[in-house]
Amino acid sequence: MEIGNKIKAVIDFYVDGFRSMTVGKKLWAIIFIKVAILFLVFKLFFFPDILKENYDNDDDRARAVAEQLTTR
Amino acid sequence: MEDLIQVVDWSRLQFALTAIVHWLFVPLTIGISLIIAVMETIYYRTKSEKWLKTEKFWMVLFAINFAIGVATGIILEFEFGTNWSNYSWFVGDIFGAPLAIEGLLAFFMEATFFAVMFFGWKKVSPGFHLASTWLVAIGVSLSALWILVANAWMQYPVGMEFDPDQMRNVMSDFIAVATSPVAINKFFHAVTSGWVLASVFVIGVSCIIAAKGKNLQMAKDSVKVAGWIGLVGIILTMWTGDGSAVEVARVQPMKLAAMEGLYRGEVGQELVGFGLVDTDAKDVKCKIAIPKGLSILANHDMNSFVPGIDDLIDGIALTPQGDTINTVSYAERIEIGKAAQQALRDYEAARKAGDEAALADALARIKANYKYFGYGYFNSPQDAVPPVALTFYSFRVMVMAGGYLLLLLIVALFVVYRKPEWFDTRLARFIGVLSIPVVWICSEAGWIVAEVGRQPWTIQDILPVQAAVSAVTAQSVQLTFWLFAIVFAALIVAEISIMVNEVKKGTNREITE
Repeated sequence: MEIGNKIKAVIDFYVDGFRSMTVGKKLWAIIFIKVAILFLVFKLFFFPDILKENYDNDDDRARAVAEQLTTR
Repeated sequence: MEDLIQVVDWSRLQFALTAIVHWLFVPLTIGISLIIAVMETIYYRTKSEKWLKTEKFWMVLFAINFAIGVATGIILEFEFGTNWSNYSWFVGDIFGAPLAIEGLLAFFMEATFFAVMFFGWKKVSPGFHLASTWLVAIGVSLSALWILVANAWMQYPVGMEFDPDQMRNVMSDFIAVATSPVAINKFFHAVTSGWVLASVFVIGVSCIIAAKGKNLQMAKDSVKVAGWIGLVGIILTMWTGDGSAVEVARVQPMKLAAMEGLYRGEVGQELVGFGLVDTDAKDVKCKIAIPKGLSILANHDMNSFVPGIDDLIDGIALTPQGDTINTVSYAERIEIGKAAQQALRDYEAARKAGDEAALADALARIKANYKYFGYGYFNSPQDAVPPVALTFYSFRVMVMAGGYLLLLLIVALFVVYRKPEWFDTRLARFIGVLSIPVVWICSEAGWIVAEVGRQPWTIQDILPVQAAVSAVTAQSVQLTFWLFAIVFAALIVAEISIMVNEVKKGTNREITE
């Protein structure tokens, strides 16, 4: 089988599978909404990686953590 | 300072909420994937359509749980980066490796074979489908393995060295991290407890289905498979729980003392079966105790010494043989920890000044005192004592619920094999339904013992919670806590309502396939 046919077979496998689902469609909707809320809302607006966002390189991050851990 | 305490408390509360919600889904996924794999194996061998029908019914409930639960664990990683950035940086090299392996190996394994398991009927050979179903079950457990390796490392940090230039603990021995006895015990304890949880869930739902009689045979067959898996699971859970107790006695004796509400230990220490812990009087009142039980549990030696909280603070510990020895008191540990932190300050100053001699001197002092680095954040030895009452009662809830579940599994097997006429009764349905929340409470209580009992440490002896949190405001953590609470409540409601609908299908009409 050619590579193209193999890829088509895999795609058909998933497409047919999704089409034949009953409760699955509701579940996929929940998964997509949940993942969207997690990554597009929570991660973007509420959960920045503080060290990555505030410092340019690993050495600066290490020094910032050193400062935190030696002044508390 | 007050804001730091609030940040610590809210960050802990948020992490606890997330972990508890995540753990609602995980053990069911672990256990039910095994139950389904066993059912499909029986179908493969017998070619009996009733087993195919039975397996497919439980696969739907498995899919619901998997779909609702998937990605709830990712939130914990968000929290590491935002609320626990000091911790995250400090251990990144070690914590990152197991989590990366989990993501790459186990998750892709699950995701690939999950699709074959659900979409592959009539498209792949029965043997390949069966193999895929087993690989999903194995993949789910492998996921758990790497997460639990990371968790065990926090409770018993091994195989690492602290590098003050990077301000990180650097992994020096991956095998030591991956095969730590704490990790191995924790893995088997958590996975086999997942078998028990899923088995009790299957038995409970089967009792509901059996009540209307439309799928009575399916319900009985399900109880047979779940009953045996649950019974094997609970025996293994108890066995590995015993192993965990021995490990806790060895590497986290303060946690064991908190679990028992024990302040002054004795040779031949009793085990409290039930009682009311009074932390002010440092005593357990109205107790029912098993003589020498704790010595047997902790050291497998009825005449061994088990130290209490005040013994440990005073520096009295035990040898591997269970004899008492004088070791480093908590007051001394605080001094050593403060010396390590001063050495780290000196190291940073020498680094800025480019003073090589001072750098070498500070590094030597850091290494000499690093073992108790985290104690330097405490003002009093009492700061290193976990919440005793919560740990004590959670342990008892776990043990008592576990005892009930053992009995339930034995009775379920007896009924389904010897007294099948008792199975579709109102009493059976009542017990079955009641047992579903009991098994979840048992499972969550186990984690509360493990995680509350190790407080105040994020990494045992190295990093307490007040040093691990980020420099964020308490208000920002409060806001995200409530946002999560809303999302989690919605997910739990969705899971229960979709599951109830599916179970109703099994109750109200005969399932053909």
